[in-house]
Amino acid sequence: MSSGAATGAVASGRPHRPHDTWRKWAEIAFFVTPALALMALFVAWPILTAARFSLYDWKGLGPLDDFVGFANYAEVLADDVFRDAVAHNMIIVVGSIIVQLPLGVAIALLLNRKMAGQGVLRTLIFVPYVLAEVIAGVIWFQLLQPEYGLIDALMNGIGLSPPGEGWLGTPEVALWVVLAVLTWKYLGLAVLLFLAGLQGVSEELYEAAQLDGAGWWQTQWRISIPLLGPTIRTWCFLSMIGSIQCFDMIWVLTGGGPADATTTMATYLIDEGTNRHNYGIAGAASVVLFAIAFVMALVYQLVVLRRDTKEAA
Amino acid sequence: MSERQRAGMSVTTNLAPRGKRGGNNVLVYLISLIVVAITVGPVLYGAMGGFRTNAQLAEKPTGLPDPWVGTNYSGVLSGGSFWTYAVNSTVIAVITTGVAVVFGVMAAYPLARYRFKGREALFMVFVLGLLFPAAVAVIPLFILVTRDLGMGNTWWGVALPQAAFALPLTVVILRPFLMALPRELEEAALIDGASRIGVFWRIMLPLSMPGVITVAVLAFVTSWNAYILPLLLLQGEMRTLPLGVADFSTEHSADTAGVLAFTTIAMIPALVLFLALQRRIVSGLQGAVKG
Repeated sequence: MSSGAATGAVASGRPHRPHDTWRKWAEIAFFVTPALALMALFVAWPILTAARFSLYDWKGLGPLDDFVGFANYAEVLADDVFRDAVAHNMIIVVGSIIVQLPLGVAIALLLNRKMAGQGVLRTLIFVPYVLAEVIAGVIWFQLLQPEYGLIDALMNGIGLSPPGEGWLGTPEVALWVVLAVLTWKYLGLAVLLFLAGLQGVSEELYEAAQLDGAGWWQTQWRISIPLLGPTIRTWCFLSMIGSIQCFDMIWVLTGGGPADATTTMATYLIDEGTNRHNYGIAGAASVVLFAIAFVMALVYQLVVLRRDTKEAA
Repeated sequence: MSERQRAGMSVTTNLAPRGKRGGNNVLVYLISLIVVAITVGPVLYGAMGGFRTNAQLAEKPTGLPDPWVGTNYSGVLSGGSFWTYAVNSTVIAVITTGVAVVFGVMAAYPLARYRFKGREALFMVFVLGLLFPAAVAVIPLFILVTRDLGMGNTWWGVALPQAAFALPLTVVILRPFLMALPRELEEAALIDGASRIGVFWRIMLPLSMPGVITVAVLAFVTSWNAYILPLLLLQGEMRTLPLGVADFSTEHSADTAGVLAFTTIAMIPALVLFLALQRRIVSGLQGAVKG
């Protein structure tokens, strides 16, 4: 994405006549319009509509005429449940990165070594990522069931007692359990991307390091990890965006409970919209969610990803 | 990967410093096995649990099936709802993938190959699309699809929004891929008098197949696994497998073995597809990650 030079509407030396220009724009329009039209209709329009709902008190029935300005925003931002939801999202953002990044890099470096069964190991590690969040959630829900679940049985087996109301029923631990399940689910993606990034590292560098007498650890620390930088930064971005949008897994595991202990912004707005028909509140929560995602992405782009662009230039 | 790297790899494979010290390999295997046990364990537990009875599960949650019971699986497979859901999931995923890939590769082409004013801004529109969770749009989407478009509870009514939400990632992955393709062929064809659309269709599209397969698999699996859009847009007979799994697990909450069997069968298609094409996905992602 950084190399502006790799473009080329074929610099074939033809003089730019008005006809050519017109034709070029027609071609561009031909190629781009279907995608833009589909996104305008099914992405942009609904989101703008959600933003419009946020300014009204609307229960889904009758005309949209009870304009309340920013009252819904005031209500959402004053709602402890929503504030907690934002905090939960942030815990998931930070927790995902600080757990998955070192683990993912370590496993990728490990699996990048030449060894028998490498392909199988790589494939197996990737299995959880391929599962639907809902399906993974249902399995973990069963595993975590009080009494009959495998986790409780294993813990009882070694003489530990699980939390009183069950893993998903105890407010103090539920969010951490959700985070653990999300880590299980998404670690494979980090490993896959890091392995892809490591394949781009030139063998010559490893050779040179070896000739200079560097050991395995030194080679990884000085060569692999620094060269993995751009991949890590891309992964962090994807992970942040995913964490901010987190919904399916939580909806299946806890429904946001117990006592809103695992509510995220997405579960909050779906609950307000579909269960309580507070479309204005849901709309305001949507806008806040997007604003937070946008600001985070922007800051990340400016502070972190810019380095890659500069380095490449 | 550059020519140089590729050449370097073939020559120096044997010299690679990785895994040089044989003593470490035992440790490496041990750690790998632990990691794999943690990642695959729950899935295997689910598959095994499907072969047990509820009594077995309650009595000894940690045991192997004894005896192995096939009735949970046969019950799911002979029940009508599973196949109804599977057909819905398949049709919706195929439509989603088709639309997302065709529109996506078309949009990525000028973004990669034309030089025009506002190109980066246009690309940013697609990047921005990554930031919108479906949850934000889903309530207005429900109103749009059911009330305004009259596509409520239909395959297309879910597939088109899903394709729209898949487009940003499709374009973001395909663009660097198309940028990296050699320009000579394209130029030669243009000089020979081919039209731009002809060049796109006959040269660029075949060349970009590896990238196209990557985005196609991603779009297919994402659609196959999707939850929130189908949850609000589909009811009854039109529901997809993830909804079926969630419903089944709440409706038959006492029948743990049945839930595990249903869940296990539902995960097979995406697993098989993804794992079979994993290599291609990795190579397709490389271009995008490096960009």
